[in-house]
Amino acid sequence: MAEAVLPASRTSPQAEAGESPTARALRRLFHRKGAVVGLIVLALFIAVAVLAPLIAPYDPNAQTWTAVRRAPSGLHWFGTDDVGRDVLTRVMYGARASLVAGMVSVGIALAVGVPLGLIAGYLGGFIDALLGRITDAMLACPFLILAIALAAFLGPSLRNAMIAIGITTTPILLRLTRGQVMAVKVEDYVEAARAVGNPRWRIAIFHILPNIMPALLVQATLSIAAAIIAEAALSFLGLGQQPPTPSWGSMLNSAQRFLVNAPWMAVWPGLAIFLTVLSLNLLGDGLRDALDPRRR
Amino acid sequence: MLTFIARRLAQLLPTLFFVSLIIFSLQQLLPGDPALVMAGEERDPAVIEQIRRQYRLDQPLPVQYVYWVKGVLTGDLGESMRIKEKVLDLILEKLPVTIQLASMAIVIALVIGIGAGILSAVKKDTVWDYGANAFALWGISTPNFWLGIMLIFLFSVKLGWLPASGYVRLTEDWRASLASTIMPAFVLGNAIAAVLMRHTRSAMLQVLESDYIRTARAKGLLERTVIFKHAMRNALTPVITLGALEFGTLLSGAVLTEQIFTIPGFGKLIVDAVFNRDYAVVQGVVLVTATTYIVLNLMADIAYILVNPRLRS
Repeated sequence: MAEAVLPASRTSPQAEAGESPTARALRRLFHRKGAVVGLIVLALFIAVAVLAPLIAPYDPNAQTWTAVRRAPSGLHWFGTDDVGRDVLTRVMYGARASLVAGMVSVGIALAVGVPLGLIAGYLGGFIDALLGRITDAMLACPFLILAIALAAFLGPSLRNAMIAIGITTTPILLRLTRGQVMAVKVEDYVEAARAVGNPRWRIAIFHILPNIMPALLVQATLSIAAAIIAEAALSFLGLGQQPPTPSWGSMLNSAQRFLVNAPWMAVWPGLAIFLTVLSLNLLGDGLRDALDPRRR
Repeated sequence: MLTFIARRLAQLLPTLFFVSLIIFSLQQLLPGDPALVMAGEERDPAVIEQIRRQYRLDQPLPVQYVYWVKGVLTGDLGESMRIKEKVLDLILEKLPVTIQLASMAIVIALVIGIGAGILSAVKKDTVWDYGANAFALWGISTPNFWLGIMLIFLFSVKLGWLPASGYVRLTEDWRASLASTIMPAFVLGNAIAAVLMRHTRSAMLQVLESDYIRTARAKGLLERTVIFKHAMRNALTPVITLGALEFGTLLSGAVLTEQIFTIPGFGKLIVDAVFNRDYAVVQGVVLVTATTYIVLNLMADIAYILVNPRLRS
C-alpha cells in the first residue's frame, strides 16, 4: 500500500502540540485514504450484518425448488444456490458469522495473551522463560493446521472454531505484548511510578498497558483479518458454522460443486471475504502509520 | 559459530517438549470418553476396550504421555484407525507430493515477490510502486481457497487449459505433473509472494539510501550494476531467510489448496483424517509439521549468521 504522508503544511506544530494523543492519531488516520476506505467498507459490512433481518430480501434458509441455481437477475441480484436459496441474503447473513468469529476469537486471544504478555515482560525470570517456550511451541505449529486440529478435537461448530482460532492467535499477541512491555518498562515514567511506591500490578495496568495499546490495536485489527480468513477456511472444511446457517466459508464449499453451472455461487461469498479482509488490512496499515510517529 | 549452534540447539529442547505436550493434549480435548469418540459409530464394547488398551487410555495421563513420547522418539506415531497403516508411513507417502507443490510455490513466490519488491523500491512513488503495493495487499487479503476456485473456473472450466483436479507424479509424466500442480502452486505462492514483496521493498529502500550505494553511483557505475550487484545482495539476505520461515504459511495453505485441487498430499491427509476421526493421523501431521518448522527455523538462523560476516564474530 502506498505510504500516505501527511503534508507538512496541513497542521501546524503548535496545533499538533495542543492536541490529545487520541485526537492526533484520529486526525492522522483520517488523512490516510486507504484507511478511510477500509473503515467505510468495514462499517458497511458491520451494518449489513447487524441489519440483515431488516434489509435482506429473503429468508436465508428458505429453499425454492422452482428457482434452483438461477443466474443473477432482478429478482435475485446475486443469483440462487443449489437448493434455490437467495445468495445475496445468505451473503448478508454470512457476514454475521465471519465478523463475530473475527472479533470473538481475537477477543479471546487478547484476554489471554495480553495479561500473560504483561506478566512475562514485566516480571521476567522463570515465568518469562516458561511462557516464552510455550509461545515458541505454539508458533511452531502452523496457524491453520493447529486451528484445524483443535477444531477437529473440540468438534465442528462456530463456537469451537472461534475458540480454536482464539487459542492459535494468543501466542502472537502474547509475544507482541511481552516485547512492548520490555521496551516500555525501562522508560523514565515507569521508573518514576516505581519510585513513588506503586505496586507492580498498578504499574503494569495503569502505566505500561496504556502505552502499549497502539501496537496492540494495530495487531488486533490485522489479527481480525486473519481470523476471518481462518473461520472461512474452517467453515469451508466443515469445521466451523454448520449448515443450514449461512457462512461465507460453507457457501464456498457448496459452490465448488456447481462451478460449471452456477459460478456466481462462488463469486459473491469469496468477494465478501476478500473485501472484509482487505478493509481490515487497509485499516490496520493506516492505524500503524497513524499511531507510530516513526513511520510518518 | 559452534557455540551459537549449541546454544540454539539447547533452546530447542524445551520448545520441542512443549510442542509434544500441546500435541498430546489435543486428545484430551475430545468431549467425553476419548475411546467412545474414537470408536465413532462402532459401539461394540470389545472394540472400545481394545482402543482404550491400544492408546493406554486406562492409564494415568503422565503415563500415557511418557508412552506416547517414547513411541514418537522411536518413529512410532501410532496407527491410522481407518486405514490401519502406520501414521509415519502415511506421512512419508504423502510428503513428496506436498514437497513438489511447496517447492514450486516457493519458486513462484520468490520470483514474483522479490521481483515486485525490487521494482517497487527502485521505482518508488511511481505507478509501478503503487501497482506492486496493490498486488501485495491483494495477495494478503485473498483467501487462497477462493483464489483456487476462481482459477479453476477460469483456466479449467472456461478456457480448458489446465486440469481442474488430480495429480500426476513427476516420474510418470513431467508435463502432466506440471500441468496438474501449476495452479495450486500459484495459489500457494501468491500469499507468500505478497509478504516477500513487502519485505524486499522495505529492505531495498533501506539499502538504496545507504552510503555505499551513493558511492557506487558517484563512481559512475551503471544503475543496473548498482541495483543488481551492490544493493540486491545485501537487501535479499534477510528476505531469503524469511522465505524459509514462511514454511508454516505454506503448509497451512497446502491444507486447503490440496483439498480444492484434490491433490493427495500432506494437507489432504490431515483433512481426511479430521473427517474420519483418525486422531492419531491428525496428531502425527501436526507433530511432523511443527518439528520441520523448528528445524527450518534453526537452519534459517544458521544461514543468516553464515552469510552475514558481521554476525559471525
